[in-house]
Amino acid sequence: MVLENIGQRQQHSDGRSVAIRMEGITKRFGSLVANHDIDLSVYQGEVHALVGENGAGKTTLMNILYGMVRPDSGHIFVGTTELPVHRGFLGPDYGIGMIHQHFMLVRPFSVLENIILGTEPRRGIFLDLVSARRKVVDLMGRYGIEIDLDRRVEDLSVGEEQRVEILKVLYRNARIIIMDEPTAVLTPQEIDRLFETVRMLVAAGHTLIFITHKLEEVMEIADRVTVLRQGRVVGTRSIQEVDPEELAIMMVGRKIEATRPVRRTRSATSLFRLENICLRTPRNLDALSSISLDVRQGEILGICGVEGNGQDELFEVAIGIRKPSSGKIFFQDEEITGLSAARRLRLGIGHIPPDRIRMGIVPGMTVKENIILGRHVEPELAGSFFLKDRAIRNLAVKLLHDYGIVPPAPEADITTFSGGNQQKIVVARELSRKARLLIASQPTRGLDIMATKLIHDSLLEHAENGGGVLLISADLAEIMDLSDRIAVMYRGRILRVLEREHASEEQLGLLMAGVAG
Amino acid sequence: MSDVGAAIGISLALATVRKAVPLVFASTGGFFSERSGIINIGLEGMMLFGAFSGAIIAYFSHNAWLGVLGAAFVGGLIGCLHAFATIQLKANQIISGVAINMLGAGTTVFLSQVFIHGERSFSLAPQDRLPALGPFLPLTYIAFGLAIGATVFSYYTVGGLRLRAVGEHPRAADTQGVRVNRIRFLGVVTSGVCAGLGGAYLPFFSGSFAKNMTAGQGFIALAALIFGKWNPMGALAASLLFGFADALQETLQGRAHLPAQALQMVPYVVTMIALAGVIGRSIPPASIGKPYEREVTEAST
Ligand SMILES: Nc1ncnc2c1ncn2[C@@H]1O[C@H](COP(=O)(O)OP(=O)(O)OP(=O)(O)O)[C@@H](O)[C@H]1O
Ligand SMILES: [Mg+2]
Repeated sequence: MVLENIGQRQQHSDGRSVAIRMEGITKRFGSLVANHDIDLSVYQGEVHALVGENGAGKTTLMNILYGMVRPDSGHIFVGTTELPVHRGFLGPDYGIGMIHQHFMLVRPFSVLENIILGTEPRRGIFLDLVSARRKVVDLMGRYGIEIDLDRRVEDLSVGEEQRVEILKVLYRNARIIIMDEPTAVLTPQEIDRLFETVRMLVAAGHTLIFITHKLEEVMEIADRVTVLRQGRVVGTRSIQEVDPEELAIMMVGRKIEATRPVRRTRSATSLFRLENICLRTPRNLDALSSISLDVRQGEILGICGVEGNGQDELFEVAIGIRKPSSGKIFFQDEEITGLSAARRLRLGIGHIPPDRIRMGIVPGMTVKENIILGRHVEPELAGSFFLKDRAIRNLAVKLLHDYGIVPPAPEADITTFSGGNQQKIVVARELSRKARLLIASQPTRGLDIMATKLIHDSLLEHAENGGGVLLISADLAEIMDLSDRIAVMYRGRILRVLEREHASEEQLGLLMAGVAG
Repeated sequence: MSDVGAAIGISLALATVRKAVPLVFASTGGFFSERSGIINIGLEGMMLFGAFSGAIIAYFSHNAWLGVLGAAFVGGLIGCLHAFATIQLKANQIISGVAINMLGAGTTVFLSQVFIHGERSFSLAPQDRLPALGPFLPLTYIAFGLAIGATVFSYYTVGGLRLRAVGEHPRAADTQGVRVNRIRFLGVVTSGVCAGLGGAYLPFFSGSFAKNMTAGQGFIALAALIFGKWNPMGALAASLLFGFADALQETLQGRAHLPAQALQMVPYVVTMIALAGVIGRSIPPASIGKPYEREVTEAST
């Protein structure tokens, strides 16, 4: 067995040429070492997964490889050529493409304009859109990617935006493609589709670096995996020789206990009720159609469904930033349909928005300031005129510590935090508010294992203490793990509400696809 | 009676175009700067510099076209100043613009006094002015051509695509090898050139340079740009509207029984109403006002 493994590794390094070699890469941001003496080799034609907790340095390392961030020291080789890392370079010039964690798309531009930006085919000074289109259409046919080239990016779904990003990379003939958490924002169906594309790319001779927090995805798609922890490489393994548990231990540095807070109480008293909520929008006349739901005290009500079936609208109506076209909303048996989001917050309805970067934080403000957003009126944090800086700082320090957010620097600009850590800050803020009801939408999307567990535990504890949770998630496993009752949403309707004990994953999957009524 | 009506109508139409010219120049200039992501509230000052340098060069060289060129050059120079402050030094774009306006007001009066023996205004001899071409000054045709050219540029050329991209999402452009700050620099300098030309129109139109003769037209041009949804053609239409308000005001002077001051308010009131009506519908470039630097702006994701 051991011998076999060694034999296989030999064969790997002998039989396959190295596409990328990074040597001794170190990058500091102030006193923080984001990458510490990192060595990474990626073989030609493999899918190489890169995993690690939020803030481990994955994005930084890939930005260095793409040329967007300059390392303090180290060397990078593409095949046998060394990249001019210290003089500055850009990935596409060396066949390296990157699909960034937050997409790099110009929203008011058309799909085609986004694809060609920077390498525009031209006739004199004019854009040659005809030959651009021909080239892109050809690519789409070759890789089985479909998208309307004339639509504006701001009208696309996230899955479609990602296809644009993939086309951008292919358009530049990238041989090495970096995907930074491509699945974090996708629905299960879109993930399947992405994996098909990935296999197609590999078959066509591309090399992929794939970042994800989901270990099942690593097992499914990757040939080898490298684990980062606190800016260092913990190890590289080929998929045949690891299992998810071992990877998790490598990532976190110790074993994760599987304990869960026990659930007992569940009362019949209604905490939050939607009655016949309808929402018509200019784009969709049935964004929500007669939705009736009831979250009881001590209960987690899960809403599952493929994203884009009205969950975002439901979330917005529930928290009060969108008025329903008809229907009523009650909180502890008082009608709150007409109340603003701020009034609802004060009544005790907290929420975790699905797009935390866009809806949950104010870029450019410090962590401290972001931590008190919407809480700036609480008497512990603010006097009648001045904010209570000491108290705010203490709260920020405590939350950063409790949620393991690095670096624990309350005065730092929030945009200097890793994507996952920015999310954790929002979640920490909302969970620490003394709310009766929590409305959480995709609360663990893009978060690492420990953070996910922490949030799941917090939600369960919240319900255990008599609060209610309305949990909206496209992650079926999450819904099954946490919910007491499960409602399935499809095309703006609630198809069915099931007790958790009576629901099976298969049945929910069919309902989510709108198959079984 | 109807003949008089027709005559008034025609003169009103001609006056509308004439009044719109400096606004068209300056709002097209604003387009180049603001679409690249740099706020240019200094259009007013750039116009004033253009007005003064155009007039003074024509005054001494007796060559009006040399004055026009000089105005464009000086405008471009002031554009460089704004670009350097906001792009290289990352100064606040509003403050830099305000500084340019104050600099324009002070410097032009000072230089006028230096060159024209203590006078804050001076007239151009008829032979030092631009000759009319048909009913308008030649600069009029140039202004309208410029607005059309800017439209073609922005939607059909490589440079135009990149200009709009760096104003919307500079990081996205940067990841594709577009030199964000170089394009912004060019945008702001072009903006200065256009504003300088718009300024030069004023003394050639009125026949003299006067202290502070732009009288807020740089700001009205900015309003035209916003009202025109940050598009050169929209800005052109808005400039004509504001030009019409001004022309109407002048036609009514002496005819209507209203105080002159009340009538002079008309263009500004129209500007305010236009802006109030359009607020929320005119979407500025997403990254306007934000300096761009590769590693500092959310390198982490
Ligand atoms: N521009 C920056 N300025 C300061 N600190 C930064 C900057 N970019 C990244 N960092 C820090 O470097 C560390 C690594 O960040 P990075 O974005 O590489 O993490 P990551 O592994 O991609 O995490 P995630 O899974 O959350 O996306 C983080 O602690 C982050 O706060
Ligand atoms: Mg990352």
